[in-house]
Amino acid sequence: MKRLKTIGAFWYDFVVGDDWRVAAVVVLALALTALLVHVAGVNAWWLLPVCVFAALGWSLHRATR
Amino acid sequence: MNSLPLILTVFFACAVEATEALTIVLASGLTREWRSTFQGMAVALVVLAIVVAAVGPALTLVPLGALRLVVGALLAIFGVQWLRKAILRATGHKSLHDEASAYLREVAAAKAATVTSRRGVNDWYAFTLSFKGVLLEGLEVVFIVITFGDNQRNLGAAVIGAAAAVIVITLTGIAVRAPLARVPENAMKFAVGIMLTSFGLFWGAEGAGVSWPGHDAALLGLVPVVALVSLGYTVMLRQRRGTTPATPVAHPSAESEGVTS
Repeated sequence: MKRLKTIGAFWYDFVVGDDWRVAAVVVLALALTALLVHVAGVNAWWLLPVCVFAALGWSLHRATR
Repeated sequence: MNSLPLILTVFFACAVEATEALTIVLASGLTREWRSTFQGMAVALVVLAIVVAAVGPALTLVPLGALRLVVGALLAIFGVQWLRKAILRATGHKSLHDEASAYLREVAAAKAATVTSRRGVNDWYAFTLSFKGVLLEGLEVVFIVITFGDNQRNLGAAVIGAAAAVIVITLTGIAVRAPLARVPENAMKFAVGIMLTSFGLFWGAEGAGVSWPGHDAALLGLVPVVALVSLGYTVMLRQRRGTTPATPVAHPSAESEGVTS
């Protein structure tokens, strides 16, 4: 059980890192992009970069305030 | 797409991981025992080879769209975290990752540990330290190679980039027999963060179904945009703090050093 927790902690730190909110924004932005493309027929190539840049700025602001 | 951007991205990303693994191996070998250190390294490399053999072929069976969505999301998250740390370090909000002090910490811990022999290994501490260091950093190298190589359907180029990085760092380590403190690690992480984020945005959005203007050429536009935004945040934070990169200090809210640091 302890080993599983260690492995889980390694992968969490490896992928998600210090700010889980950034990961959440990326996943939500991708989901929204897929919805816009497949349901609304909008080629929303700009959405993911905009959301990621905003998430980076927000995360930096939180870390330095 | 030209293989050069792929090779360079994988090279720099893997060079950072190889530097961290080398720091641990040197600390173990120079302070404890080289034989047990090499045994730990060898077992870690065998485990890594098994992981590659198991995961590599399975990935080729996944449809490209789904693969790009998942890997793009992972790379974007991973890349932004690297950029975030690099920007915080460049602006003095987080202490610089110092291989020399990391090496001294490992050396102090290695000297304090007692020598125990087990299962044909003279020094179990040296074996375990080397095994864990090479396995953890090696897993990150494998992750980078497989995700980049498989996504571009050019595993050979990714392997060349990774192998070149490991060889260059290993030879440098043998030559200097000291931690690679002069590697401009934060600058490399900044550049790698830009590349990982750009590839992640490109593949992630493509996996979600978008068609990029200019197709593959859009990546050539994304890289400078990500770089400009990151540099913009760096300038803004420096102006707000009024510091230079030469005087990094630990911020009260600075996070702990993670494996991806």
